[in-house]
Amino acid sequence: MMRKKPVDFILFALTWLSIIATATVLILVVGYVLINGVPHIRPSLFALQFTTQNQSLFPALMGTLMVVGLSLILAVPLGVFSAIYLVEYAKRGSRFVKIVRLTTETLAGIPSIVYGLFGFIFFGVFLGWGLSLMSGAFTVSIMILPLIMRTTEESLKSVPDTYREGSFGIGAGRLRTVMRIVIPAAIPGILAGIILAIGRIIGETAAIIFTLGNVARMPNNLFDTGRTLSAHMYALANEGTHPGEAHATAAVLLIVVILINALSSRIARLIKAS
Amino acid sequence: MMRRFDEQLAILNDMLLEMGAMVEKTITVATQALQTQDVGLAKKVIELEDDVDQKEKDIEALCLKLLLQQQPVAKDLRLISAALKMITDMERMADQAADISEIVVMMNRVPYIKKLEHIPQMAKATIKMVTESIDAFVRKDLELAKAVIEYDDVVDDLFDLVKHELIELICTDSSNGEQAIDLLMIAKYFERIGDHACNVAEWVMYSITGKQVK
Amino acid sequence: MAKTNKFSLKNVDLWYNNFQALKNINMNIPSNEITAFIGPSGCGKSTLIKSMNRMNDLVEGCKITGSIMLDDESIHGHIDVNALRKRVGMVFQKPNPFPMSIFDNIAYGPRTHGIKSKFKLNDIVEKSLRDAAIWDELKDRLKKSALSLSGGQQQRLCIARALSVQPDVLLMDEPTSALDPISTAKIEELVINLKKDYTIVIVTHNMQQAVRISDNTGFFLLGEMIEYGDTQQIFSAPSDKRTEDYITGRFG
Repeated sequence: MMRKKPVDFILFALTWLSIIATATVLILVVGYVLINGVPHIRPSLFALQFTTQNQSLFPALMGTLMVVGLSLILAVPLGVFSAIYLVEYAKRGSRFVKIVRLTTETLAGIPSIVYGLFGFIFFGVFLGWGLSLMSGAFTVSIMILPLIMRTTEESLKSVPDTYREGSFGIGAGRLRTVMRIVIPAAIPGILAGIILAIGRIIGETAAIIFTLGNVARMPNNLFDTGRTLSAHMYALANEGTHPGEAHATAAVLLIVVILINALSSRIARLIKAS
Repeated sequence: MMRRFDEQLAILNDMLLEMGAMVEKTITVATQALQTQDVGLAKKVIELEDDVDQKEKDIEALCLKLLLQQQPVAKDLRLISAALKMITDMERMADQAADISEIVVMMNRVPYIKKLEHIPQMAKATIKMVTESIDAFVRKDLELAKAVIEYDDVVDDLFDLVKHELIELICTDSSNGEQAIDLLMIAKYFERIGDHACNVAEWVMYSITGKQVK
Repeated sequence: MAKTNKFSLKNVDLWYNNFQALKNINMNIPSNEITAFIGPSGCGKSTLIKSMNRMNDLVEGCKITGSIMLDDESIHGHIDVNALRKRVGMVFQKPNPFPMSIFDNIAYGPRTHGIKSKFKLNDIVEKSLRDAAIWDELKDRLKKSALSLSGGQQQRLCIARALSVQPDVLLMDEPTSALDPISTAKIEELVINLKKDYTIVIVTHNMQQAVRISDNTGFFLLGEMIEYGDTQQIFSAPSDKRTEDYITGRFG
């Protein structure tokens, strides 16, 4: 007992050190962004038009929401249903499942700039969509597909088999079991994956600039170009002429991310309660 | 390594053996008292009978404890339930030996109207049955148990013989009546002891085969 | 009175890939009686009970030969597997209520089989819970999550859920192994009461439980059925030495 005490203490101290370090970094980043950004947030930043006089971030904010919305519409059903197939229908441990899994894992490891290049060439040039909302959303949805698939798979696997047995045991078929028992039980995990995906989309710049473009206006239709908040910030920071607006954009971006997270967990709770 | 339950069953076995020996002794002493008309010996039987009663209570307690603790099944269950039934029969045998001794005490050394001949034979036969039924239990010997049950006929025949002799004695001289009835009761007690030995043998058979003998 | 057989098994062999889990099982399971399967772990008793409503179909590499007849109809024939499982309900070792309300747990079965009317569902839920002897405890909190119940209540809820689709047979795979003695006693009582309406097959590790509740007992060892017969007979005078050794605890 006595001999173990110093080890205990060291581990305890290390644990606390890690917690403090993590929290400090988080507080520093958030604090830095907010302190530098919030004073620069003015109503004019939310003007409908971006002009050289007024660096409005509103078009970029809208662009962000559009890209997020559209790519989720594309990627979530595809990712979730593929995962359901892999976990619930495909033979466990079959060759096919292994190949699909290898593919998704590889996709997840590819740098985003490569996606951007691919999207630019395939959607923009080959399909002739140019720099547009469609090119951007498709590219980004391919990027987040592996993420959504993996998290959905994991959350489906974490649903205890006893639930499935209970449902089969009462004479329910596989479809009903999956729809009524497995998916509801897996929803929180699936939503967590979607939140992560949203985070990745919002933070993306390279792939977006290559495919959506970086024009400071709101896309008028699916094949129109635009920019997202991250791209907007990149542009402002790159030019170096509007550091205040860049900081304000960062603050808004942070707030948007926090809001989306809060909203998602709210939705998750509502679904769980019903 | 022997399991605790098996150890307890071995103890039960030993206790049954001891009780069997005590019952045998009770009957033997009662027979001696009867033959010698020794009142002191007869009174000793009554003490022996108390010891048998005590032994019965001890075995009963052990059986109940084992039933409760081990919830025995199969041969263990049969062994313990047979033991519970057997000790009742064995206790009754000792009771009857005591009853015989009481009659001996009551007759108070009045000379026998006839030299005892068949009653001692009955005593010998019943003691043999008791000994063999206990042996059958210890050795799990089915054949021996069956033999005990068959041997009961010998005792029954002897009883009939004694009964007829006594009737004749009463017919020749009615003043023989009182003692004749006492002797008849003694013979009847021996006959009952034989029946109880039969019961013991039947429970031995049940504990071996699992089939109830009727 | 002639017994009618609910299940009739002939020459049943079962493999998990190359491992033979059941070897030539032949037995009849009488209607409206409780039949217990006993035996050491891995003896095949759970495998056998799971093959009676084809839950083994879900296990990869499981192959079964021979015939299993339910009311003189092969369960591997034309019968739809979901229809079979509606007739042959199952209660599992660990209580497994769905993560939904008590009401929805019970209504899940009838809804699966096409009953939509709220009125009918109310009826079925009440009747099932009453049959499972848990209505009085739960009637005021049907909207609460089933996961908030105690283990024993959850298991009786699962029995009610199995009863909700009006099966003929109830298969129970060690239904009390995860429960305390009082909950166990309640379930045993319940099972005995259910036998007038259902045929019950129960796998149990608890020998005393088999003695207390079952009419027939089958003893299994290494995939073989060693002995099968009247429970009292098996437990007072088994005919096979291996049965004797197992039930008296002198096994191995």
